[in-house]
Amino acid sequence: MPRSGACDQRSYELANRLVGNASGAAAVEVTFGGLVLRAEADVVLAVTGAPCPGVPLNAPATLRAGEVLRLGAPTSGLRTYVAVRGGFAVPPVLGSRSTDLLSGLGPAPLTAGEVLPVGCEHGPMPGVDLAPVADPAAGEVAVRVTPGPRQDWFAANSLIGQTYTASSNSNRIGVRLEGTPLQRTREGELPSEGMTLGALQIPPSGLPVLFLADHPVTGGYPVIAYVAAGDLDACAQLRPGQSLRFVS
Amino acid sequence: MRILPAGDRAVLVELENLDEVLGYYAALSASPPDGVVDIVPAARTVMVTTDGSDLDAVTRLLRAVQPVDGRQASGELVEIPVVYDGEDLADVANLLGCDVAELVKRHTEEEWTVAFCGFAPGFGYLTGAGSWDIPRRSSPRTKVPAGAVALAGEFSGVYPRESPGGWQLLGHTPLKIFDQTRAPAALLQPGRRVRFVTADRP
Repeated sequence: MPRSGACDQRSYELANRLVGNASGAAAVEVTFGGLVLRAEADVVLAVTGAPCPGVPLNAPATLRAGEVLRLGAPTSGLRTYVAVRGGFAVPPVLGSRSTDLLSGLGPAPLTAGEVLPVGCEHGPMPGVDLAPVADPAAGEVAVRVTPGPRQDWFAANSLIGQTYTASSNSNRIGVRLEGTPLQRTREGELPSEGMTLGALQIPPSGLPVLFLADHPVTGGYPVIAYVAAGDLDACAQLRPGQSLRFVS
Repeated sequence: MRILPAGDRAVLVELENLDEVLGYYAALSASPPDGVVDIVPAARTVMVTTDGSDLDAVTRLLRAVQPVDGRQASGELVEIPVVYDGEDLADVANLLGCDVAELVKRHTEEEWTVAFCGFAPGFGYLTGAGSWDIPRRSSPRTKVPAGAVALAGEFSGVYPRESPGGWQLLGHTPLKIFDQTRAPAALLQPGRRVRFVTADRP
């Protein structure tokens, strides 16, 4: 099964650091805002990733008992992270507190009315008032790629320089891309083979699927390229309709 | 052996056939190089993922791995009790040109090996020494129950949970093939040997 976890690792890790949590503490990943949290006791929290109006971003803040945190729709990016000091203490499944969409493991996606327990394990506060990080890009994003195992199933350099648009039919498993279909130069079936985070798989439609945190561990369509590890978080922040261009 | 690129942190080792994959996987997982965090065998390949520290060094070590003989590479034996009451028993017996009793005999006499996993958490692709070549059903079922014991291609398998599926159903096992509260959660790990045994109807 895949490793799962946050799609935008950098933002998730920052949120935990800002409240003095260990790096693996569970935070809430919010897709396109809309989360409303009411504190039942005083909590220290941090919000990172896609900036939502109405909440302090990239800075620790205290939510007093009875106060409400309301995330509007983000002004750029797709995924916002909310970490609470002590971490969200939902029961782990196989060592993870992550919702794995593909395997159907871990806690179910949150629904209105749910109560989230807060843990008590944390380190000292970091002594940072505001982390200076850029918001996710709003326009076209340049994404670096390296060759994949089946690049030779396609014409040379057919991916580099191409622009695609993120489809609304995307999720934590992968970003479906719309644009010019890639043509295979070789016919035939590929026996299923392993794949990992950042794989750009080309199904029979010729339109790439970029695999994120809940990716399948094997697949039967050729992987033309992999997204550079450093550019994966930016891909996890692509909104439907936003474009990306592949560069080498 | 070919080593194919698969991003900043992984490589895909391509081998000649499934036996070589089994042997390579057994040799590699017995003593994985430092920095290897995941090894995923498949039909012709072994995916090796690292922590990203030094992919070139790991790649050099991967080239030097000597596959052990695939059939000797197998590990612990797991017995799976099966009630042979599957909907496709008669069809599969027909395909093999034998009767149902003979099909059950062949399936239980075979020593299977978990070649690789995939499809769903805990689903193992089992291969045997016999010549099994069973086509998938022309139209997949939308619902195959958890525990269904099935055949397709050269493989036998057990559905870990209810899911759609196109394999031919021979029967079912009461055994939990995947249990997230157990360690390890998956009963069928690559390399494990499997024997199906006839169980009484409950």
